[in-house]
Amino acid sequence: MKKFNYHSAKDVKEASKIASSSSVFLAGGMTTLPSMKLGLASYKDVIDIKKIKKLSGIKVSGKIITIGATTKHTEVANSKEVKKAIPSLAALAEGIGDPQVRNRGTIGGSIANNDPAADYPSACIALNATIHTNNRKIDAEKFFRGMFETSLKSSEIIEAIEFNIPQKSSYQKLPNPASRYAIVGVYVAKHKSGTNVAVTGAKSCVYNEQDLAKALSKNFSSSAIDNIKISSSGMNSDIHASADYRANMVKAFAKKAVDAC
Amino acid sequence: MRKISLEINGKKIKKEIPDHTTLSGLLRDILNLTGTHIGCDTSQCGACVVHVDGKSIKSCTALAADLDGSKITTIEGLVSNGKLHPMQEAFKKMHGLQCGFCTPGMVMSAIDLLKNKKNPSDQEIRDWLEGNICRCTGYQNIVAAVKEAASKM
Repeated sequence: MKKFNYHSAKDVKEASKIASSSSVFLAGGMTTLPSMKLGLASYKDVIDIKKIKKLSGIKVSGKIITIGATTKHTEVANSKEVKKAIPSLAALAEGIGDPQVRNRGTIGGSIANNDPAADYPSACIALNATIHTNNRKIDAEKFFRGMFETSLKSSEIIEAIEFNIPQKSSYQKLPNPASRYAIVGVYVAKHKSGTNVAVTGAKSCVYNEQDLAKALSKNFSSSAIDNIKISSSGMNSDIHASADYRANMVKAFAKKAVDAC
Repeated sequence: MRKISLEINGKKIKKEIPDHTTLSGLLRDILNLTGTHIGCDTSQCGACVVHVDGKSIKSCTALAADLDGSKITTIEGLVSNGKLHPMQEAFKKMHGLQCGFCTPGMVMSAIDLLKNKKNPSDQEIRDWLEGNICRCTGYQNIVAAVKEAASKM
């Protein structure tokens, strides 16, 4: 790993002040550190935000769960509040990586990285999340911009993610057997205002599958999407799964998720 | 460079280290605790698992600077009064290893599992050891060893 200066910021203001075009914020480091070791990324300054207390924790109020950016996957997976309010979100966290990754990796890190096969971005889209940063509030729909790309600016820090508690929801994924990243993951959430079908792993960025969402908003049953054909255009194709296979899995896992609701 | 203080296997240590030192690098290259192995070096194989403040983590993917003030237990810290830890005994008894490269990580990870679940099922053991890769044993005897240890701990 190339040399860098390590900073442990005591508050968001300090972290933001140190930030520059050659710095990175460090939370769990589950992607950042391996990327740096592999020479895919290098930074002059690494700004650790884990010791900023207000960035961690889980709060439920009314129809909303707010999860602090540096809250670890294991904390979400084992949270009584999350399990009660949105069990599918706790189950999603339990399915990320392995126990050691869940002991370090954070929700804010996952969405800031926006890996095309990460699990949490699908939860943000399905659960109509709002991403709170030190400057503004961003709708999940506008937050995820493309492969590893978000609408965050370089000194902007995610502080918390606010999820709307749905009437019913389920996240189902076909995991890569080695990495547990989603080959295809589908998060179905039925809200009073309509149903979302967020898909991860299939394309270069998480997206709401509009045809499935519309059909399920009218009739929330897996048979309602039987006749919808998912196009393989724009789908990822690699040694794990072809684009056609992924297109089929989007529908298969959407049905599985609806049945599990 | 920065100064850090840690407690490793019950001993307090103070060191001045380069900022980019990983925990596995500190343990192996600076403190000569080479029981913690480095396999993939990208947090996939689990050979480097140690406990930090009681929880298992992959030491190749943590900065030592970030763990200033923590309590760390490595495979070397399991022996007490010259006696192997029950998990180490169980791996020996049930032939839970062949080449032994993955074993320190397997043992540290399995101990963390038993802290969370006293009598895990075969499936729970396999799920928990998701992040520990072994290329010799086919895992059968590792699962048997963890069950054996669970009955003794």
